[in-house]
Amino acid sequence: MLKGLKDFLNSITAIFKQKRHWKIGLYGPPNSGKTSLANRICQDWLGEDMGSVSKVPHETREINVKEKVIVKSKGKQISFNLIDTPGIATKIDYEDFLKFNMNSRDAKKRAKEATKGVIDAIKWLDSMDCVLVVLDSTQNPYSQVNITIIGNLAARDIPVLIVANKTDLRKSDIKKVTNAFPQYPVIGISAEKGHNIEDFYSEVLKLVRR
Amino acid sequence: MLTLQYIPYREIMNLDTEGKIKKILKSVKENKIILIDGRLDPIEESALIQKTMESIDKRFKGIEIAGIIPNNNKLLIDKIRKEVARVILGRDEGLTIIGPATIVKEIKRNPNKIDLLLRK
Repeated sequence: MLKGLKDFLNSITAIFKQKRHWKIGLYGPPNSGKTSLANRICQDWLGEDMGSVSKVPHETREINVKEKVIVKSKGKQISFNLIDTPGIATKIDYEDFLKFNMNSRDAKKRAKEATKGVIDAIKWLDSMDCVLVVLDSTQNPYSQVNITIIGNLAARDIPVLIVANKTDLRKSDIKKVTNAFPQYPVIGISAEKGHNIEDFYSEVLKLVRR
Repeated sequence: MLTLQYIPYREIMNLDTEGKIKKILKSVKENKIILIDGRLDPIEESALIQKTMESIDKRFKGIEIAGIIPNNNKLLIDKIRKEVARVILGRDEGLTIIGPATIVKEIKRNPNKIDLLLRK
């Protein structure tokens, strides 16, 4: 009797949990491809881009939210707000932007906006239901920024999927990312080329059901 | 002249997050590379990044930071020893290096070692 009641309550909870509108954040260091992934998701399911991408670091300097993205995979679907965040960094020097043929005034403005973007991205961590940590799989995964982001999510008990992006590049090393964070699921993709994107959606669905 | 400053973890362990960050940033802004025989927790690290961003100006460009934790696959007796050391010596496991970005170009971190690359 008691077991029957418990099962009934669990099934009701599951229905509400399934219907819940999720907030999924894209976090990571600058230039890891967060906005490229956001664009890929939005193009696939809404037919539009989410933000501009650039080789110049800190192109995304404000939090961008795309509401009611519905992703379907293997007969299941979820609805969520996708939140693209500025890249988290421990240093920002406007002179680094000058190397990209930017004038001094624009570079200083970009640096100022980028510092505010980092602060906002960290502030928003608390409001996420799940986070996709987007890492550039051609880079060393053991950077303190990556460890700090993932450590913060663990401390807040927020589910994490690590996205090893840029697998289309020769230097890409997914195994290195997996070895660096063995306690988390890792999926290798190329957001730009769309490689392995179906498996990525399947992992996102698994993540919200954890 | 390059200054390397050692801060024993017990000197900051009783400070709140703000106090720890204030002490760390004060030294880093004086162009010192600091070495702590312990770790900040992830929430403290993110607070340090936030405060660093707020402090960036013409002279201060940010920080380079790396923490290292020794291998966690330890026997129970090692874990007990570690806990005793933490209580008696006020030492948290690990090591943290923090330096000003104008002096420290990069801290390359692998699972068990740290390479500190300085600007010329």
